[in-house]
Amino acid sequence: MNKIGLIIKREYLTRVRKRSFIIMTFLGPILLAALYIVPILLALNSSEERRTIAVVDGSHWFEDRFTNNAEQTFIIVEGQPIDSVKEMVNQGAFDMALYIPPTQLNVPSNAILYSKRQVPLNIDTYIREVMKKEIEEQKLIASGVDPDIVNAVKTDINLSVMRMDDEGNEKETFTEVQFILGIILATLIYFFIINFGGQVMNGVAEEKTNRIIEVIISSVKPFQLMMGKIIGVSLVALTQFVMWILLTGAIYFGFSAAVGITHPESISSGTVMTQSIDTTDIMSNETIQQVVSIANSIDFGTIILCFIVFFICGYLLYGTLFAAIGSLVDNNTDSQQFTLPVTVPLIVALIASFYIINNPDGQLGLWLSMIPFTSPITMMVRIPFGVPIWQIALSVVLLVATFVFMTWFAAKIYRTGILMYGKKLSYKEIFKWLKYK
Amino acid sequence: MNISVQNVTKRYADHLALDSICLEVPEQSIYGLLGPNGAGKTTLIRILNQITAPDNGEVLINGEKLAQKHIATIGYLPEERGLYKKMKVGEQAIYLAQLKGISKPEAIKRLKFWFEKFEIGNWWDKKIEELSKGMQQKIQFITTIIHEPKILIFDEPFSGFDPINANLLKESILELRQNGATILLSTHNMASVEEMCDSITLINNGKRILEGRVNDIKRQFDTHNKEVRIRISDKSKLQALTDTYNNIKVCNEGDETLLTLENPDSELIHSIIDLGELVSFRELLPSINDIFIQEVQSKNRAS
Repeated sequence: MNKIGLIIKREYLTRVRKRSFIIMTFLGPILLAALYIVPILLALNSSEERRTIAVVDGSHWFEDRFTNNAEQTFIIVEGQPIDSVKEMVNQGAFDMALYIPPTQLNVPSNAILYSKRQVPLNIDTYIREVMKKEIEEQKLIASGVDPDIVNAVKTDINLSVMRMDDEGNEKETFTEVQFILGIILATLIYFFIINFGGQVMNGVAEEKTNRIIEVIISSVKPFQLMMGKIIGVSLVALTQFVMWILLTGAIYFGFSAAVGITHPESISSGTVMTQSIDTTDIMSNETIQQVVSIANSIDFGTIILCFIVFFICGYLLYGTLFAAIGSLVDNNTDSQQFTLPVTVPLIVALIASFYIINNPDGQLGLWLSMIPFTSPITMMVRIPFGVPIWQIALSVVLLVATFVFMTWFAAKIYRTGILMYGKKLSYKEIFKWLKYK
Repeated sequence: MNISVQNVTKRYADHLALDSICLEVPEQSIYGLLGPNGAGKTTLIRILNQITAPDNGEVLINGEKLAQKHIATIGYLPEERGLYKKMKVGEQAIYLAQLKGISKPEAIKRLKFWFEKFEIGNWWDKKIEELSKGMQQKIQFITTIIHEPKILIFDEPFSGFDPINANLLKESILELRQNGATILLSTHNMASVEEMCDSITLINNGKRILEGRVNDIKRQFDTHNKEVRIRISDKSKLQALTDTYNNIKVCNEGDETLLTLENPDSELIHSIIDLGELVSFRELLPSINDIFIQEVQSKNRAS
């Protein structure tokens, strides 16, 4: 036991001290943080830059329809020909000029926006929206509809999706958020298993090609060495995972404090949808409520717990297989025929995720989340949508049982493989090793 | 500690690696384990190190069945050996010592002593990859003996050493025996077998074909050849002798003549000595090298 401890310690320390580990540990959170900090920065920057738009309205339909806000100011210019206004845009007096020609047949339907620079999409959309609405209203009124009715017809649809459970409780769900979360989790677990499983494989292969292996297994049992390595690397993975969460949090909150974004206390745990939080002054009450209810709709406790459980179980399953493969490596080209069958289920599970996400409770999702070789990934796709507890339990039991069996299987291959040099290996030969004493 | 290997058999899928091997290694001796490539030496050594288990038979250490606790009493220098390339010398030596059950402070203390003795004290913080092959071999040797094992198993210990360091190593091994260690030496270097080993076993195709004390074996294979170096004034007498006997080989070296006599009777020896002024006379014992080649080839021809 003490010896396994020594091995774990060495495996852990040599990896954690590596430059690549340190770089990844700090780069990961910076990239993650950039994902939501950049949009916020952009939002903050663009709001500082007010754009002035000169409106030359030949039809006189829209003069009081354009409203000013933090990003745009509309200035109605009267009695000037469009050409001279264009000249003013050129000289920088205005950012843009909107020209709506005089109406020919009562209804204006075209307009021209002049600008020296690329027009921001939101201004473009806003102008279209305003003109379209106004024209539609005017047409309705022109055809004899009471303006009051026209106003009364205006409706905003607010579709809330409620999910009911067996006890009849209802819970609001946000499909888009679950969608994104599911894909992120599945990709993350795939990345972790491939990356750290690969580290186990390379570590074993390194000991074999270094020829240190025989020295070590004259001191410890091959099984101890294999498990020590797998556990040591899993601790490295967990360290990286925890560091990412902590650093991402630190960067995010540090940044928030620096630019003065205040957060409603209730959503401090939710990093999702932060893009929509700009500054408190423009965040309406409704947005806060929406963010709060989204954050509440996501069961972070279950997700983090499931991630850790499925990562550890999935990693252990694949880690033992990768260790067995590493023991077969003589030179790198050789290992291809053995790595492929092991990585295929992972790739299949990841690709299937993009189908499963559209129907998380379907047959494909159910089966792939039960098969131990795909369940760590598939389960993470389904978890944000809610998975019955019996399914999670069954999946974990199957995964653990397979892991235990595979450890036995891999250990048999491993202890023969690590001492086998310069021999071309076939699957048939490897299966014979299982019988060795 | 003595080692007793009793009827050890090990079968791999397609061949018999060891076929009822028996050997007795007496305490405080150097025991040579010889055999051509693929004879089963490494398999036997791995069984002693409990890397693999025999299919039949058993290994006794001081009369006790080989068990997990014996690992700390064995030091093993494998033929295929190496170290973690990226790890520092000192750190790595401490790690390997700890795996053998030595506490860290004790490991450091002993390592300092050996590093001093091998004049490599300034390598402590170097990485293994910065060292030459021979330097790495020194580290490897130290890590093998750091836990002061009562039993040492060396598989081709001299490979990669220059003559000076090979001599340092040889003296260290002899010193270890002096201090009570039982040493099993597997090597193809027959000169070192003759110099160091008390007894040997020769195995071929998993079977023991020869065993015993080095001197006894040489005696056993003695063809009673003699070598005479002599200054002869009258070469015609020699000519008469070679005409009579067909077991004389003549080689002229200046004014001396070297005669190799194949199992001569005493009459011939007397006649030769009377030929002239005798420079030297010695019996030609077969070398272990010759015995090795002769035995293995005759066995292979028989099978």
